[in-house]
Amino acid sequence: MESLHLLLQGFATALTPMNLVWAAVGVLLGTAIGVLPGIGPAMAVALLLPVTYALEPTGAFIMFAGIYFGGMFGGSTTSILLNTPGESAAVVAAMEGNPMARKGRGAQALAAAAIGHFVGAIIGITLLTLLAPTVAEFAVDIGAPDYLSIMVLAFIAVTSVLGSSRIRGFAALLIGLTIGLIGLDEMTGQQRLTFGILHLADGIDVVIVAVGLFAIGESLWVAAHLRHSTGKPIPVGRPWLGADDLRRSWKAWLRGPLIGFPFGAIPAGGAEIPTFLSYVAEKRLSKNRDEFGKGAIEGVAGPEATSSASAAGTMVSMLTLGLPTTAVAAVMLAAFQQYGMQPGPLLFQRESDLVWALIASMFIGSVMLLVLNLPLAPLWAKLLQIPRPYLYAGILFFASVGAYAVSGSALDLLVLFVIGLIGFAMRRYGLPVLPAIIAVILGPAAEQQGRRALQISDGDPLGLINTPFSITVYAVVVLILLWPLLARLLPRRATPAQQGSGEPEPSEQDRAGG
Amino acid sequence: MSTSAHSRRAWLREHSELGICVLLAALGVLVLVDAATIATDFTQRGPLGPRTVPNIVGVLLLVVSVLLARDVLRGGRGESETGEDVDLSAPSDWRTVLLLAAAFLANAALIDVIGFPLSGMILFWGSAYALGSRNTTRDPLVAAVLSVVTYVLFSRLLGVPLPGGPLMGVI
Repeated sequence: MESLHLLLQGFATALTPMNLVWAAVGVLLGTAIGVLPGIGPAMAVALLLPVTYALEPTGAFIMFAGIYFGGMFGGSTTSILLNTPGESAAVVAAMEGNPMARKGRGAQALAAAAIGHFVGAIIGITLLTLLAPTVAEFAVDIGAPDYLSIMVLAFIAVTSVLGSSRIRGFAALLIGLTIGLIGLDEMTGQQRLTFGILHLADGIDVVIVAVGLFAIGESLWVAAHLRHSTGKPIPVGRPWLGADDLRRSWKAWLRGPLIGFPFGAIPAGGAEIPTFLSYVAEKRLSKNRDEFGKGAIEGVAGPEATSSASAAGTMVSMLTLGLPTTAVAAVMLAAFQQYGMQPGPLLFQRESDLVWALIASMFIGSVMLLVLNLPLAPLWAKLLQIPRPYLYAGILFFASVGAYAVSGSALDLLVLFVIGLIGFAMRRYGLPVLPAIIAVILGPAAEQQGRRALQISDGDPLGLINTPFSITVYAVVVLILLWPLLARLLPRRATPAQQGSGEPEPSEQDRAGG
Repeated sequence: MSTSAHSRRAWLREHSELGICVLLAALGVLVLVDAATIATDFTQRGPLGPRTVPNIVGVLLLVVSVLLARDVLRGGRGESETGEDVDLSAPSDWRTVLLLAAAFLANAALIDVIGFPLSGMILFWGSAYALGSRNTTRDPLVAAVLSVVTYVLFSRLLGVPLPGGPLMGVI
């Protein structure tokens, strides 16, 4: 019950007026960003990374967590009213939510989604509260080889589980690792890939990489293919639910988080897979199966509860192991690094106040989201009318401000532009962005841990796998690499040609087997 | 002759993803060459020096570029990213991209000369223009308000100094 005591202390911190303001700013901004096309929570947190220079960490993380949960909700609003899911997590919301809206039941769809997000978040954060300290305690003794194994798991998982082409995932991963190499080697202080340019000796700041890949890359990509006829959102009133809808939804709300939370905690691409699984489960279990595809409320309620619970699951891995499983978590990890903190088992000891205030603020943020979103939904829908030129000009504008603020140098804007061009090319040719950003953030740390492990073992490569923990993790890595064989048995969107491109990396298997 | 040149161009257009393979390979060579120039005879601590990881990354870049080329030649295609505002049925609009890049780079070039309030205004107005907005009163007004408010917010409230330039010197 120690964690209950710590959580109450966390509430004491989170309920101070200033932190309440940050939570409110976070959820409002997050919802707005989720509703707005083209800008997702990962880009939003990346654009806001410069606030870490001015804000104390507790306030900043409370805001970031609000953006994450708010973004999850906002994305489903767009799906329901416009049928154009911007984020992969909201694809499922469009499948039943949009038909409901077209039948004039948009208010009910939004209510089912809003309450679903609330239930999912509360259940997810409760599980986080119960599990995270245990995981952190279990992992507190882990050493360099174990850290390396977690990072290898993150690299392999995000390249293999996400997207349709593994080889393109690995290409993205390597681009990220290369960017991470730029600068001075931390152990010997020698220059790598700096080409004698003094400005590059400190490496490329992760703010610039994140903003470049997410904001500049996205804006240039949209500019090349801007849709000139934007769809009209379906007008909607204040969300509400009738007794019949409630009767159909409540079980789905409770089932969703059970699927979402564990999937969020593992590096399997966040909410995309669990929301789909929840949809399938609800369809199987529903008495109104023939309504699916034409606007079944269970198909909104379940997946939406799933997606918020998966966000909470993501937090478990991020806070206890330093393992980012989604792009938002990766950017939040970068924010921890900006403050000189290393998320991982020790975070719960060293930054106990911050962590528990953050967890408490997630509870508060979820309540705020429900209270704000039910009455504000028609207003959020109006955000969809924003002229696209202003939207993307604004993204470029704030991206430039953020990158310039890193060190007050116009040179950083050129670096930002180059990384933006990389982000553009990656979007054009289907290279996923997530492996690249995770490689930039974790790559340098992985190298240090690997070298440290070999230093301890005096050069014996067995020193990389000499703990039960690391052996277990590498076993999981092998399982993931063999996943394509299993994947063929499951419904996937990949075409046969692209599945053929997934080649397991033999070196990884050797290492894990040896 | 002209038809074969034509078909070759069509083939290259169809297989433009090979350009990514070339870039990956070039990056791999660059990383390996750079790693080879790192002196390792001094200050090395532990069995792995500063060269090892770049060597691994460089070799893997070359391997992936070959595997990707094989995939492309066998008919594999990367799926272009979709989004709410992305219309993949239309061809790439390079004019918009170039104008947008120009607006962005203008800000990078001018920010230290004329200050952020002005260069930021150019950035926003230019970007909005590039993306098709042609309102000659509202666009510059929005741009001016946004950049001045941002300047004040960052410089005064967040304590992140942005260059004011001669204009802010006058005010």
